[in-house]
Amino acid sequence: MTTIQTPAHRDAPDSPLSGAAVPRRQPLSRRPRRRFSLWHLVLVPIAVVFVIPFVQMFVTSVTPESEINTFPPRILPTHITFDGFAKLFAESDILLWLGNTVIVSTVAIASHLVLCSLAGYGFARLKFRGRTMGFLMIVATIMIPTQLLMIPTYILFSRLGLIDSLGAAIVPWLASAFGIFLMRQFFLSLPAELEEAALIDGCTRLQVFFRVILPLAKPALATLAIFTLLGSWNDLVWPLIAINNDQVFTLQLGITNFQGARRTDWALLMAGNVVATLPLIVFFLFAQKQFVATMSFSGLKG
Amino acid sequence: MTTVAPRRAPRTDGSQERRRPVRLRDTITGWGFVAPAMVVVLGLSIFPAIWAFFLSLQKWDGFGEAEQVGLANYADMIGNDELQAAVMHTVVYTLLFVPASLGLGLFLAVALNRRIRFIGIYRTAIFVPFVASAAATGILTTYLFNPQFGLLNTILRFLGIPAQGWLEDQGQAMVVITIMSLWGQAAFTTVIYLAALQDIPSELLEAARIDGANAWQSFWKVTFPHLAPVTVFVAIWQFIQAIQLFDLVYTTTRGGPLGATQTIVYYLWDAAFKQLQFGYGSAVAYGLFAVTLLCTIGVVLYSRRSNVEAF
Repeated sequence: MTTIQTPAHRDAPDSPLSGAAVPRRQPLSRRPRRRFSLWHLVLVPIAVVFVIPFVQMFVTSVTPESEINTFPPRILPTHITFDGFAKLFAESDILLWLGNTVIVSTVAIASHLVLCSLAGYGFARLKFRGRTMGFLMIVATIMIPTQLLMIPTYILFSRLGLIDSLGAAIVPWLASAFGIFLMRQFFLSLPAELEEAALIDGCTRLQVFFRVILPLAKPALATLAIFTLLGSWNDLVWPLIAINNDQVFTLQLGITNFQGARRTDWALLMAGNVVATLPLIVFFLFAQKQFVATMSFSGLKG
Repeated sequence: MTTVAPRRAPRTDGSQERRRPVRLRDTITGWGFVAPAMVVVLGLSIFPAIWAFFLSLQKWDGFGEAEQVGLANYADMIGNDELQAAVMHTVVYTLLFVPASLGLGLFLAVALNRRIRFIGIYRTAIFVPFVASAAATGILTTYLFNPQFGLLNTILRFLGIPAQGWLEDQGQAMVVITIMSLWGQAAFTTVIYLAALQDIPSELLEAARIDGANAWQSFWKVTFPHLAPVTVFVAIWQFIQAIQLFDLVYTTTRGGPLGATQTIVYYLWDAAFKQLQFGYGSAVAYGLFAVTLLCTIGVVLYSRRSNVEAF
C-alpha cells in the first residue's frame, strides 16, 4: 500500500542543524520564515474550484426557494432557512432511505471484514488441496466487468425472490474478490513465527486467527472497511436495476428519483444531497489517511 | 500500489517437514476458511458470467419461452445504428477523459508534492470530491451547469461571454460529463502519481540539479521517465472506467439531449432493463468485455515492447 508523505527537506528550517550546535546568524528571528511559494497562486484557485460544488450544495440547501431561481442569480442567500430540509423530511421517505442505506453498508462492512479476512488468511497461510486453483479463480473474477453480470444476476435474484427487497442491495456486497486479495497480501506480509508460537501452545487455527492475527490486521481491515463503505453507500447501478419499490430504496436511488420527479425544487434536492453526502464527507475529514490508502489500492469509484 | 509479496521460502530445517503431504484435516480447515467468501464471489461472478454467455445465444424477455437463436444477437449488433452511435459517444468520452485525467492527476501530484504552508488544506480540498456519489454529482452537475441560473453561466455572463447550453447542448453535454467525472476522480490519479513521485530517489534529482538542470528540465528528463510504468497502469484503469460510463449519464442527461450522451453501457441497460431484451443485452455485454480485454492486452504488449514494466 502507499502512504503519502510530505517530502523531507534536508535543509528544513527545523532540522537539528539549525539548532544550538550551529552559531546563529540572526538571533532575533527564532522561527525562520519560509519563502512564499508561487505554487500557492496555482493551488488556491484549484482548491476553490474543487470545493465549489460542495459549497453550492450546502448553500443552496439553506437558501429560500424564492432566491434560487432568480435572475440575475445571487451567490449567497439573504438569510438562512431550513425549509428545504423541512420539506424533504415531510414529503419524502428520506429517513427510511437513510436507514436502508445504513443497514446495507453496515451488513456489507461486517460481512466483508469477516469473510474476506478469513479467506485471505486461508489463501495466505493454510496449506490445502486446491488452494492455488481457488485463488486464481478469485483473481480472474476481478477481470469480469459488472455489466456482464447484471442481467443473469437480476434473473437469479428474481428467482430467489430478492428483487425489491433490501437483500438485493446487500447480497452483492457480502464479500468481494478485491477484499480477499487485499487481505491475502496483507497476511503474506506478516511473519509466520507469530502464529507458529501460538499453535505450539495448543491454540486451534480459528483461535490463532481471531486472537493473534486479526488484531495485527487493523490497517488492512480499515482499508477494506472504507472500500466497502464507499462502494455500498454510493452504489447506484445495481439498486436501480434490482429495486423498484420506494419503501426499500437506498439513499442514492431515492435522491436520483427525486431529481427526475422534482426537477426544479432545488432546496429540497440539495437537502437530500446533503443527507446522502455529508456522512461520507465528515468521515473523510476524520480518516483522510485511510481513505487515501484505500484509493491507492483500489481505484474504486462508484 | 499492489505488490505481491513473495511466498515464504520453504523451511530448510528438517526435510521431512517440507515433504509432508497435505493432510485431509488441513484441507478441510483450509476450505472452511475460504469457502464462505468463495461461494459469494464465484456465485456472483463466474457463474453469472457463464450464464450470460448462454443468454446471449437466446431471444428472451424474462417471462415467456426462451428461443435459441445462435449468434443472431451478435449479428444484430453489427448493423445497429443506435449501438454505433453509442460506441462513438463512448469513444469520444474515453478520448476526452483518459488523457485529461492522466494530465490533471500528474499536474496535481506535482503541485501537491511539496512542503509549503496549507498543503494539507489543498490536499483535502482536492481529494474530498472522491466521496461524492454519481447521484450526488449528477444533481450538482445539473445545478452548476444550469443554462439559466447555474454558476458556470453566471461567470460567463460576468466575463461578457454568451451563456452556453451545457447539458442541453448536444455538442457540450459530453464535455460537461467529462468535467464532472474528472472532479470526482482526480483524487485517484493524483494519489497514484503522488506515490510514484515520492518513490523517485532524491539522489537522481539532486544529481540533475548539480549538473545544472533547471526544474523544468529535471522534471522532463528525470521525473517523467520514472512515471512511465505508473502511467500505463493508470491509463488502463481509467480506460476501463471510461468505457463503462453509465451512472453519471443516468443522473445528468439520461442519454440526451437527442441521444447525444448515450454510451454503450447506457444502451445495454436500456436494451436489457427497459426493453427486456435479455439475450441481446448479454450479447452487447460480451462484445464490450471482448473489446475491453483486447485493448488492455494491446496496451500491455505495446508497453512491454517499449520496455515499460507496468505489471
